[in-house]
Amino acid sequence: MTGHAGPSLKENLKDAGAMALASAALALPLVGFLTVDRAQTIVLEYRFGELLYAVAVIFVGRLLLLLANQGHSPAVLVATGAFSVLWAANAFLGIVAITWPALGWLTWIVFSVIALRAWFFMYQAGRRVKQDASDVAERAGTVIYRLGKYLGPALAAFALVMPLMPFADQRMVDLGILVLTYIMLGWGLNVVVGLAGLLDLGYVAFYAVGAYSYAIISLNWGLNFWETLPLAGAMAATFGILLGFPVLRLRGDYLAIVTLGFGEMIRLILLNWDELTNGPKGMGGIARPSFFGMPFTAAPPEGVTAVHQFFGLNFAPIHRVIWLYYIILAMALLTNWFTLRIRQLPIGRAWEALREDEIACRALGINPTNTKLTAFAIGAMFGGFAGSFFATRQGFISPESFNFLESAIILAVVVLGGMGSQIGVVVASVVLIGGPEWFRDLEAYRMVAFGALMVAIMVWRPQGLLAHREPTIHLRGRQPAPAVAARAPAR
Amino acid sequence: MLRVERVHTLYGHIEALRGVDIEVKEREIVALIGSNGAGKSTLLMTICGTPQAAAGRILFEGRDITRVPTHLIMRSGIAQAPEGRRIFPRMTVLENLQMGALVGDPAKFSEDLENVFSIFPILKQRETQRGGTLSGGEQQMLAIARALMSRPRLLLLDEPSLGLAPMIVRQIFQIIQDINQKTGTTILLVEQDAFHALRLAHRGYVLVNGSIALTGTGRELLANREVRAAYLEGGATEDQ
Repeated sequence: MTGHAGPSLKENLKDAGAMALASAALALPLVGFLTVDRAQTIVLEYRFGELLYAVAVIFVGRLLLLLANQGHSPAVLVATGAFSVLWAANAFLGIVAITWPALGWLTWIVFSVIALRAWFFMYQAGRRVKQDASDVAERAGTVIYRLGKYLGPALAAFALVMPLMPFADQRMVDLGILVLTYIMLGWGLNVVVGLAGLLDLGYVAFYAVGAYSYAIISLNWGLNFWETLPLAGAMAATFGILLGFPVLRLRGDYLAIVTLGFGEMIRLILLNWDELTNGPKGMGGIARPSFFGMPFTAAPPEGVTAVHQFFGLNFAPIHRVIWLYYIILAMALLTNWFTLRIRQLPIGRAWEALREDEIACRALGINPTNTKLTAFAIGAMFGGFAGSFFATRQGFISPESFNFLESAIILAVVVLGGMGSQIGVVVASVVLIGGPEWFRDLEAYRMVAFGALMVAIMVWRPQGLLAHREPTIHLRGRQPAPAVAARAPAR
Repeated sequence: MLRVERVHTLYGHIEALRGVDIEVKEREIVALIGSNGAGKSTLLMTICGTPQAAAGRILFEGRDITRVPTHLIMRSGIAQAPEGRRIFPRMTVLENLQMGALVGDPAKFSEDLENVFSIFPILKQRETQRGGTLSGGEQQMLAIARALMSRPRLLLLDEPSLGLAPMIVRQIFQIIQDINQKTGTTILLVEQDAFHALRLAHRGYVLVNGSIALTGTGRELLANREVRAAYLEGGATEDQ
């Protein structure tokens, strides 16, 4: 027993019981029932075993957390830690066969989190200044930020050599392309949301405009990827200006709603304008990018050298994937370079100032409308570039690919990464896009893990994973201020 | 230099200014005093064009700026340290100053920076700190310094003493006087703290319910019985 008079065991049991009851009510429809398509009818199956299990985990977990919080953290740490270690060892060595591995892994995650929590309580008790979890997360963020100077180039170098590594199979490179596409989209949206502070819920519209521009131009006029890319970017930027002009007098929530509507409008136009876009059937046969005029085909037509012949390799479909990977890598790095540069120019600084205080900006002689328009147009242009790439990679596009969920994911990448943080976008893309791929072993529970991750970020890093703003100028011979990530003012 | 002629300003149906006339001459410090809601800040904002005057006109150096958009007014030689300071909290001091210089000539940036740092040495020490981490007085200094970065001929200050300790208030007013004397910048000052404002102003206007009730030199107004009764007695003491 510890000295202080904590709640009795009975009270703890009551608390955990209430929690278990509440989660049972929630989980009954979510976990308890399963509709199965069998012999042309839909049959309801019951999964009360799983339900009981989930409630039991919640009950035990809640009890352990309460105990840990009441000064029993060492005991809790030992118990949960021992389970986690034993489970992991068993999974690794395969001593005992496990009937339900997915459920076991879920328990493992829960117990590991509790062990972490118990350790944290101990850590906290050993310090004079009381810190909460977000302070610790903040310090971790600061460390990552300090490493950022090396982390950025290191990540870029890794991205550069990744496809050439022995472990890089086609699935891996494909995943790399996907993550890089979202990184590029995230960096593009970061200009609008992170720098200029304009909440855009319809960013996918520009992605769609870029993709369809590329498809229509290349199918009708036979221009190649590199010729079409700037046209598609310009087209998306034009749409950005067209949308921005009337709506940028709106602020905050109102702007968000209008951009949301714009995103849906573009999708509906693509869906219904059959003559131009082929409607819901989508557009296929979009030209694939060539390698300096050389196609990636096994049997090129007479007089044309294919890439594998040029390099004296055996034909393999992965060559094209690798080339696509390098294209998107180059495009993403270009976006990043551009954003980093423009932040140091008056226009970029005006964006950031506008995010902080529009009235002050006007008092300093900044034209808010034009400044916002440029942010919108440039963000849209990058979205258009990414869209072109998407079209050429898929070879087929349809309005289905450009729904609101896509906007939400891109926005999640920017917000979870830490608004305005370039490296944050990278981390968030890897976690949010790559994560669900890695969680595949969890089978159906993959999205549960995804949700848990999002909740964890919201609880511990509400301002985003790497919400640090790097100053854009220093006077010569002076060191930048210590990297204390200032908490964003509530506004 | 600045003439405000019979200016009316409306907020919806409410008339905040009812035919205000003021004049600011070159190299002057003019104080605009009045109680809460008298229309002091409204007058300053109307000069800047947000909101625009509903009637009357505003001339700056002989040019009619009544209908000019705010950002162009702020590029024509007028700068403002707005009410509540409105510095950029997440930007460093240096970046805040740079924002003030967006309008000016980039080639003169370092010269202007040195100039501002000589007026506010504390800002040089705080250079790499975020604006939001400065104290209230330092933030006010930053707001004034930011306004000075565009080399204004007319500087508009809206309640520089707001929420500051008496000692800091005295320091700020001293600096305002120095700016006026050393650089010859004309200053229009809106203030609740009538005593300090009138003491350093060449001339002053008293605004009551959206119109000018009294005008005179700072000394005259300080001695005026009505002014003393309404804005000074029981407020600031004279022995400071």
